[in-house]
Amino acid sequence: MTNTVDTPTDASRATPPSGLIAVARAPGWVRYALLAVGLGVAAWLPNGLYPAVAVDILCWALFAVAVDLLLGFTGLMSFGHAAFWGTSAYVTGLVAIHAGLPFPLAVLAGALAAAVLAVPIGYLAVKRTGIYFAMVTLAFAQMVYYVANEWRSVTQGENGLQGVPRELFGLDLTDDYFFYYAILPIVLLGLAAAWRIVHSPFGRVLVGIRDNPARARALGYPVHRYKLTAFVLSGFIAGLGGGLFAVGHRFVSLDVLHWTTSGKAVIVVVLGGIGTLWGGVLGAALVVRLEDWLSFSGFEAIGLVTGGIFVLVVVLFRRGIWGSVAALAHRLAARRR
Amino acid sequence: MSGFAQNTFNGLVSGAFYALLALGLAVIFGMLRVVNFAHGAFYMLGAFGAYVLLSEAGVPFWAALVIMPVGLGLLGMALERAVIHRLTKLDPLYNFLLTFGLTLILQDLVKLRYGVQSSPYETPSLLSGSVDFGLFDFPTYRVFILGFAVLLCVAVWWVLTRTRIGMVVRAATERPDLTRAFGIDVGRWVTPVFGFGIGLAGLAGVLAAPMRAVNPLMGADLIIVVFAVVVIGGLGSIFGSVAAGFGIGLVQAWGEAYLSNFPLVSQTIVFVVMAGVLLWRPAGLFGREEAPA
Repeated sequence: MTNTVDTPTDASRATPPSGLIAVARAPGWVRYALLAVGLGVAAWLPNGLYPAVAVDILCWALFAVAVDLLLGFTGLMSFGHAAFWGTSAYVTGLVAIHAGLPFPLAVLAGALAAAVLAVPIGYLAVKRTGIYFAMVTLAFAQMVYYVANEWRSVTQGENGLQGVPRELFGLDLTDDYFFYYAILPIVLLGLAAAWRIVHSPFGRVLVGIRDNPARARALGYPVHRYKLTAFVLSGFIAGLGGGLFAVGHRFVSLDVLHWTTSGKAVIVVVLGGIGTLWGGVLGAALVVRLEDWLSFSGFEAIGLVTGGIFVLVVVLFRRGIWGSVAALAHRLAARRR
Repeated sequence: MSGFAQNTFNGLVSGAFYALLALGLAVIFGMLRVVNFAHGAFYMLGAFGAYVLLSEAGVPFWAALVIMPVGLGLLGMALERAVIHRLTKLDPLYNFLLTFGLTLILQDLVKLRYGVQSSPYETPSLLSGSVDFGLFDFPTYRVFILGFAVLLCVAVWWVLTRTRIGMVVRAATERPDLTRAFGIDVGRWVTPVFGFGIGLAGLAGVLAAPMRAVNPLMGADLIIVVFAVVVIGGLGSIFGSVAAGFGIGLVQAWGEAYLSNFPLVSQTIVFVVMAGVLLWRPAGLFGREEAPA
């Protein structure tokens, strides 16, 4: 994977800095310790933060991991993932309101709808790579936004879907604290699925395609089909997050489909560390917490801060948090040897 | 028939804005390999700048038409030197993200100072009224925009194909290393070209001020449509970008007029066309194939 001799220059430049290798080499006990710490924090979170913020963090963690699955492990930067997050939010909301199903089933319906939408968008988008892929996905997501905006009889337009119920076999989940624990298993399942995908033979092929598409094709892998499959899986996981987000807020507005939402998802991943999977979870926690704090303290221009983070991270901190820590740990371990 | 002429004319006028923005994007992309997300923000700054100049300093439209493009072009050059330049050696995605962040910052700065409501901008008196073309008459201001935009595109084409600077820029766009090997200082032209592209966006913004609602968000939605336009035309091709700009303007206007039963058409038709182009010619109508991937 470090062999770049016969890699076309453009392709090797397109390779995002990867923390994957360093993390995968970490000794077993380190990984189990990290897992234990992560689960511990997840179990404690709503005791240390506002439960509503903790719920948002879980949803955004799924979103970020979905984007990283493409950006970090397939080398495709989707700048239109709000289409899947938002479509699932609307479908989840509609199913929950009109069918009165338990919310996990509504979320599943939403995520499936997102995955179905990801098929045509992905089919068209994977025909292009690099920056064009970003522009094409952004454009299609904007189309979805316009459709939702215009289709008022279903989406209620600017008013949004109100009163999305949190139905779960008659349990009282109105308190965000309990709702957090109700969705935690679903989120962990989604994260585990992403981990499983990345570490499966399928995921290794994706990384191979990311690093050297020409060679992957020469080895007989149907590159487009692999990319499309990754895109649809990513759309599904983003949809899980979006559906839970809708139930969590009991409200769906057009914001969930807006291009700023797509951009925020990408920057959350870059901040956490591209190609690190769990970095996105950290990034989500930081950005959601920061935005909550800003809006709580009455600061109006949140975009100023989000945009500032964008610029700083891209200029100074491209490895992201997880990537930097992994690289540091790797260097320390190498010195000890 | 006069309805058709009316729609065609309106399509060409809105196409002129797409074309000017796409032209700037294409020139910048050719020279720097940067897709400038902030292009829409600079368009907005052009319009807003004209509005602020008029309402707070009484500077007329004609002066703003010079001041804003030049000022924003200089700002763009400073920006290129300060940050964008650091990232051009990396994956273009990083500069896309950087300019995305800049968009959010610029938008919110304007929002913070002037709010989100739209501000009216009066059409300059010289260009109010309408021009009579025998069978139909069109608003003078729109005729002016169309003529001005076409003139600009032709001028840029002339500079690119007939002057030494243009030759250097085209050569540097196609084969930067080889151009350098001929002893031409490619780096010298990067910053001015970036500034020029930004200036074009600012100019389009000033032109838009009397015609469209001036507000902090006017650029962002537009730039996404322009991205679709350059995907259709092929971002590598300057001619393709301009042609696609006018073409999409026309298609949108016709769609709006003749498919008015479907209110979505005018907003989404550009994306449908993009989907078709991706199926038929993934590199864009005038683009060249990328390296296989």
